[in-house]
Amino acid sequence: MPSFHDDTVEPAAKRIVAVSVLVHRVGRVDESGDAMISARGLRKSFESKSRGAVEAVKGIDIDVRRGEAFGFLGPNGAGKSSTMRMIAAVSPTSGGELSILGMDPAQHGPAIRARLGVCPQEDTLDNELNVFDNLYIYGRYFGIPRREVHERAEELLEFVQLTEKRTAKVEDLSGGMKRRLTIARSLINRPDILLLDEPTTGLDPQARHVLWDRLFRLKQQGVTLVITTHYMDEAEQLCDRLVVMDRGVIAAEGSPLQLIREHSTREVAELRFPVGDHEATAEKISDLGSRVEVLPDRILVYSDDGEQVLEEVHDRGLRPIATLVRRSTLEDVFLRLTGRTLVD
Amino acid sequence: MVSTGSTHQGISTSSTVGSGDSGRLSPLTGALRQYDYWLTVYKRTWKGSIITSFVSPLFYVLAMGVLLGGFVHVSPARLEGAPSYLAFIVPGLIAAQAMQTAVFETTYPVMGALKWHKSFYAQLATPLESRDLANAFLLFTLFRVAATCGVYFVVMAPFGVFESWWGPIAAWFATMLVGMAFAVWTFAFSAHVRTEASFGLIFRLGLIPLFLFSGSFFPISNLGPVGETIAKLTPLWHGVNLTRMLCLDTVDWSTATINTVVLTVVLVVGWYVALRTLARRLAQ
Repeated sequence: MPSFHDDTVEPAAKRIVAVSVLVHRVGRVDESGDAMISARGLRKSFESKSRGAVEAVKGIDIDVRRGEAFGFLGPNGAGKSSTMRMIAAVSPTSGGELSILGMDPAQHGPAIRARLGVCPQEDTLDNELNVFDNLYIYGRYFGIPRREVHERAEELLEFVQLTEKRTAKVEDLSGGMKRRLTIARSLINRPDILLLDEPTTGLDPQARHVLWDRLFRLKQQGVTLVITTHYMDEAEQLCDRLVVMDRGVIAAEGSPLQLIREHSTREVAELRFPVGDHEATAEKISDLGSRVEVLPDRILVYSDDGEQVLEEVHDRGLRPIATLVRRSTLEDVFLRLTGRTLVD
Repeated sequence: MVSTGSTHQGISTSSTVGSGDSGRLSPLTGALRQYDYWLTVYKRTWKGSIITSFVSPLFYVLAMGVLLGGFVHVSPARLEGAPSYLAFIVPGLIAAQAMQTAVFETTYPVMGALKWHKSFYAQLATPLESRDLANAFLLFTLFRVAATCGVYFVVMAPFGVFESWWGPIAAWFATMLVGMAFAVWTFAFSAHVRTEASFGLIFRLGLIPLFLFSGSFFPISNLGPVGETIAKLTPLWHGVNLTRMLCLDTVDWSTATINTVVLTVVLVVGWYVALRTLARRLAQ
């Protein structure tokens, strides 16, 4: 068992570095860039009763490096969760190569899982146990000695700000608290990689920001984060690098900034005209940006200088009801790559 | 932020790529790592389980064995050698109780772990495998069966229904065998079905007919030749017969061997099916 031989930190040192000890297999993104996760032509297909044969992942290549926060972005059904389950070494691959921490999940599943933290999309906390017991029992699954798991559970409660809720039943916690507890639970084995499947879906803005803050701290401590999300702001906040997945393939890859640069312009001018005028108006200004998109309620002009676009529009005698110039976001990239059509 | 030198040591070794060790736990380690979980579950539920597993069986003994049995006056020959109806029915009731406890522990709780609490999925994200989850679950079921039946035997002892001191002890192991022979199959069934409505099938078509017609309440020779043959095919009859022979000290060793072998085969095959079924379900 390679996972627990680092349990020998002296207690005194431990108290001083209370937070950093949460995840102590620290490593910055190092020069060698050794791959924590590497996939080549990774595929997943399965039989679904309602949909027949499903090809959820159709051959993707990924490399996740030590210490980075890596994101999977994509609409529902893009294959993110299937990919995550394969990375979590619980779902066998249907083709291609996959290596996690240098090991093959088909051969070394338990050894890999011993070094992963998993925060699933749906809470799988034990509702009838109290907060502390949820952590304690989970730590025992990893074979962590009782006293040690006690200490870690206390530290983690502190870290996710749930110390006061120590003896509360899980069913009495708010959604945000449950998420934080799930994250604490996923850290009990001091994982090398933390997998987060849509970590903030369904949370209110306050709870999301608390969670982001905690995840950011983990990242600073060198934990490799792998996140799936369909929230663009989340991806921009947390991810160093991400892939946009669509229908089982990778549509684009890079840092948030790179993606915006490659797939969008620096700025977007949003113009609102009286309803019904949009198509006709768009034709008159189609040369103003590198791309013009007509939406039911507004026209988007993609350009590196939004103010310039507005001036031109006025010079041409057009009078929009409302205008807005903003920077391009990942959302623009995302919609460009995956389309505006509803997936399900 | 970055921690001490000693932890860095940990990093370099723990991250060694391409470890040859699969990290698979032995079945024993896999099950033992869940000891604290099941202990916590039991601490939470034992009070409620007392009613179902200890009190209601005693009602049966009182109603059927003592009160109804007061009307039953037949020679021991017609009661498979039992000196009284109470002595006849108690081993049958305990064997049936083993079955009921086992079935109860492996229906709703299994569905809960898959569907409601999803605790199986949470456990699967650790070094544990589906095999370990099933084994620990079944071990806890064994504990519940052993505890329930054990108390049953102890409480019945003063009623003078046992013919030897060692018989009930051997019979206690027989009831564990009965319980587990049912537990593994019910577990497999529960790991396969999607809704709890399916359990009605087990209770109505399995549990109740077996309970009534497998020789707990009357000798199966009363069922007529065809009925008797059918009853002898049921695992519960083998369990009831074995338990009763041991309690009444009327052991026919060739029959006892057949009973034991049948129950063991049912248990071993069912165990295999249970492990496979859960593994398939969790891989979906």
